[in-house]
Amino acid sequence: MPKSTEAKEPFKFYTRLHLSELTGLRASTLGQLLDLIKTVPGSCIYHHTHRFLQQHQYLSPEPPNDFAYWVANVLGEDELGERLASIDTIQYSTIRALREIIVFTIEDYLKNNPLAKLKFARAGEEFYFIKSASFILPTNYVVNDLEGFVEVVKKITIDSIYFHIFESRLRLERPTNDFSNWIETSVGNKKLADEISRLDPYTHTLEDLRKTIIRVIKRNMHGKNR
Amino acid sequence: MAKIDEYIPIVGQSTIDDLKLLAERLKGKVVQHINSTSVGGGVAEILNRMVPLLREVGVDTRWDLIKGGEQFFEVTKKIHNALHGRLDTVNRQDIDIFMETSKKNIEEVNTSSDIVFIHDPQPIALIDKKATNKWIWRCHVDVSNPSQEVWDFLMGFISRYDAAVFSAPSFSRVMPIRQFLISPSIDPLSDKNKDLSDETINEVLEKYGIFRDKPIITQISRFDRLKDPIGVIEAYLKVKKYIDCQLILAGGTASDDPEGLQVLEEVKERAQQDKDMHILLLPQNDIEVNALQRASDVIVQKSIKEGFGLTVAEALWKAKPVVASNIGGIPLQIKHRYSGLLCNSIDGAAFAIKQLLNSQEYAKKLGENGREHIKNNFLVTRHIRDYLLLFLSLYHQEDVVYL
Repeated sequence: MPKSTEAKEPFKFYTRLHLSELTGLRASTLGQLLDLIKTVPGSCIYHHTHRFLQQHQYLSPEPPNDFAYWVANVLGEDELGERLASIDTIQYSTIRALREIIVFTIEDYLKNNPLAKLKFARAGEEFYFIKSASFILPTNYVVNDLEGFVEVVKKITIDSIYFHIFESRLRLERPTNDFSNWIETSVGNKKLADEISRLDPYTHTLEDLRKTIIRVIKRNMHGKNR
Repeated sequence: MAKIDEYIPIVGQSTIDDLKLLAERLKGKVVQHINSTSVGGGVAEILNRMVPLLREVGVDTRWDLIKGGEQFFEVTKKIHNALHGRLDTVNRQDIDIFMETSKKNIEEVNTSSDIVFIHDPQPIALIDKKATNKWIWRCHVDVSNPSQEVWDFLMGFISRYDAAVFSAPSFSRVMPIRQFLISPSIDPLSDKNKDLSDETINEVLEKYGIFRDKPIITQISRFDRLKDPIGVIEAYLKVKKYIDCQLILAGGTASDDPEGLQVLEEVKERAQQDKDMHILLLPQNDIEVNALQRASDVIVQKSIKEGFGLTVAEALWKAKPVVASNIGGIPLQIKHRYSGLLCNSIDGAAFAIKQLLNSQEYAKKLGENGREHIKNNFLVTRHIRDYLLLFLSLYHQEDVVYL
């Protein structure tokens, strides 16, 4: 790989590990689900819209959120399930906004389909609300240029990729992902930063995302050095 | 026993590095596991693997057992069954026996560690000894529909812990303490799950007089009513009408389960009618269990209640197609029609077994997906990580913790 220039600031890789915390709250009907979505902590909304990415990271395509999966597969409300599944998560930069669009989608559906409120999940198939408790810690990987960056991206855990791509944007309410931020501000390569920023991470498996980021950076480095 | 670095080829260097980073944050803390048996059953099996690995990543970990006589374990079995919703009545005398043995254990067991980690109801009353240290109650039992009376009795203890841990979301309810979801795990390098040569597999089959001339359906489980061995036999007989196959029911009994031998006798009697039914009592012979699972065409786990159902993870790790009950922790391991087939009845189990025996490509695909799912979510390395996070969470109440 061509030699890359040193960045102004090093990039320190972090990892984010999560523990699922149970709330004991459960919904048997769409009405109960809606009420609880409005009131549960933001970390619950985060958990149920992002959990699939990590637990089924090898699958694609995969229902992007638990609400969509439950509504379609347990209550049999396929149309609402589809609407919830196609919420463009990446457009919402805060959990608050994401919660609002989920609430709006369900309320809007219920307006036209009031009978959907009468459906019950059978015992054992209720929707259980879970929170994510996140632990963020620095890894031992620190890099000073793009070349080193690619090498580390190849071997870090998917949890680390997850943290820098998803967690930083949505839960910590940063405007872009950490990789793009560093590449733009420290490496000074806005084109590459934008290219990574444009990837829709919600439609990739995490391993796919890792490969895509590596490919995009390598292509950019080769292009620059030609 | 495998060293932590031996897991690197399976889960990657960085996953192991993360465990060591987390363990550094627990330096100086002593963690003490307490349960009621060192052999037999899932809890002892997990602790046998987990304790040495926790020590190796750098957590000062101890493991102690409580003591109890036959009467005590008969009562705790009743409590166990009542938590599973069975109508075993736990009477005043039972409670007295339970409290009397608990009192002796409270006097004898040293619980001065920083974190005391109590497994299941048997040692639950030790919480009376709680000082300023942290206490966790780990429930390995399916408590989705418990006897309210017994649950209320246990809540008197549980509510004094710092945190509780359950294996499935359906076991949780609103509680005054924090509660976490942590699935148990399997060890891919243990005798029960490591790769075996065909030679070893064939030797085990030969030992038990099993020939591979017809498809093998297997359930590996303790002989316990809640594992529904009779239901498995009935499902097998329904399949047998259409497909010439054989059934293996194999397992041991745990030292804290006095009912096991009685169930085994009932199963043996039922199996007498058919030479293709193999009922095997395998006390703690993990290589043999491994070989039987690997020799099977379909693996069944038709439990009525299930704390988690680790035999499902074991089977999927071996890329076997699995038919299992849609209960407890099993749906976390099997996504229906994607990584196995879930069933809710004997007829459903029989139908699913037939489907898998008749559609081998489909069965193979389910098994492969299952193995990948287990690799990502149910190996011991993920379990260690969750426990380390659990210990850290006792000192951090926030949703986002910067370490």
